[in-house]
Order: sequence, then structure tokens, then C-alpha cells
Amino acid sequence: MSIAWYLTLSALIFGMGAGGVLVRRNPIVILFCLELMLNAANLALIGFSRMWGNGDGQIFALIVVVVAACEVTVGLGLIVAMHRRRLPVDVDEMRELSG
Amino acid sequence: MSTLVFFIAAIGAITGAIGVIALKNPYYSALALAGHMISLAALFLLLRAEFLAAAQVIIYAGAVIVLYVFVVSYVGDAVPAVGANPGRIAALGAFACGTALVVELLIAVLGSGLQAINHDGAPYHAGFGTPGQIGTLLLTRFLAPFEIASYLLLVAAIGAVTLARRRHGLEDGVEGQPPALELADLFGLRPQGTGTMHEAGGAVEVVEP
Repeated sequence: MSIAWYLTLSALIFGMGAGGVLVRRNPIVILFCLELMLNAANLALIGFSRMWGNGDGQIFALIVVVVAACEVTVGLGLIVAMHRRRLPVDVDEMRELSG
Repeated sequence: MSTLVFFIAAIGAITGAIGVIALKNPYYSALALAGHMISLAALFLLLRAEFLAAAQVIIYAGAVIVLYVFVVSYVGDAVPAVGANPGRIAALGAFACGTALVVELLIAVLGSGLQAINHDGAPYHAGFGTPGQIGTLLLTRFLAPFEIASYLLLVAAIGAVTLARRRHGLEDGVEGQPPALELADLFGLRPQGTGTMHEAGGAVEVVEP
């Protein structure tokens, strides 16, 4: 399989994740869609790493996994805090900060 | 053979992604995300990234999905059913944005003139993508990113605990309004049972209200 196939698949998954972030209102599902986008980027990074035949892209992908784990932790902490304060868990309702 | 595995894994990944976006119940979305992650791990194996495939299954399909499922079951019914049902115009707009993004990415990647993306990649030499190679790289060339990533994990863990901890005892504000943060709160002069780190460590006997 040529690398172009992997890159095409990566672009498709990234587009789906971006569409999901726009269309869903549940913050948990928005976090899922962010995971989709990060994974698509990882697939492209690993594809390019294979293309060049050195491991730097894989290290980059590993660091992306770490950052994604941090993002999940903080995002879920926010959702739990919203639930504890009995705020609606819906991103369209949480707009006090918008002007 | 690798072509067959690629297409099976690619169909699995796309199906999982569609499931994450389209399914209304967040539990099913989490399940679809797990299937998506496992398909991606198969693709990583095809790209000779053995260590990352294993890490993908263990970290994502294991730990992260479990965390998500815990939070979904904790928040549970608080997620409004209306959240799964955006307006038709919004859905169409999001679909158009996603499609435009995909087309743009495809033009950028496939039209880039890189000769090498039409081949199978560099010749494979033994040891590529193994834990040994990744470990050597992490502890030599990429030592600084490795250390910064560990520090980032520490900060994120503390931040999540601080965000999500229990704060009862501070709820005697005006009815319907969250209690205001006072200067004394910052110096640990809070009343008992307010969920400080000090109490969480068991250093203080907490009297449940």
C-alpha cells in the first residue's frame, strides 16, 4: 500500500472529527471527536515516519498521545465540575463567557 | 495481503468514526471510538509502528475509553436528549465544513508533488518502530520532549483533581447562585469538609454535614 492511501484515510477521519465537533452539543461527544482528529494526525505522522524510514515521526505521535491524555483528563474534570454545580451539560447552554 | 488488511482496518476506522458522530447515546459513541482505535492500531502495525500500535490499544482503547465510560455513567441523565439533535441547517453546515476540510487536505497532501507518497515507503530495516528504537530515541535525541511530557501529565492530573473535587461547605451562598470565591479560600482558611487537598490526604478528620 502506498503512503498516499494512509494520508487519504487520515484526511477523511480528520474531516469527520471536525464535522462532529461542529454538529454535536454534548461536551463528552465533542471530546470524542477531538480524539478522532488527534488520531487522524497520528496516522499521518506515522505514515510519514514510514515514508522517511526514521523514527522521529513516531516519537511525535507518542507525544501527541500524551497531550491527548492530558486533554481528556482536564476536559472530563470540567464536565464533572459542571455536573456537580448542576449546570446543564450542553455546550450551547454554557455561553456566559461569550459577549 | 497487506492490501486486504489495510482495507478492512480502514473500513473499521471509518465506520467507528461515523458511529462516534452519529450515535445518540454517548455509551455507544464510546464503543464506536474503541472500535476505531483498534482499527487504527492495525493500521499502525501495517506501517511498522509496533510500539505505537501497542500503546494505542493500551492507552486509548483501554485507559481513556474506561475514563470516558466512567464519566458518561456519572453524568448520565444530566445530558439532555436535545443535545443529540441539532437543527437541520447546523448539521448541513457542519457536513459542508467537514467536506471542504477533507477536500482541502487531499489537495494539499496528494497535490504536494512528493514523489515518495506513491511508494511503499523507505526500505524496511530490522528494529524500526520497536520499543528498543523508540526508547533509544526518547532517551537520547528527544529527552527534553520526554521530560516535558511527563511534567505536562503531572500538571494535568493536579488540574483535573482541582477542577473536579468536592466543594460542599461552600454552598451556603445566595440560593441559586454559586458561592463567591473569597481571599481566605486561597490560603486554606476554609471551613471543614470543603474538599481541600489536605483533607483528601486524610490529614484532617472531616465531619460530614
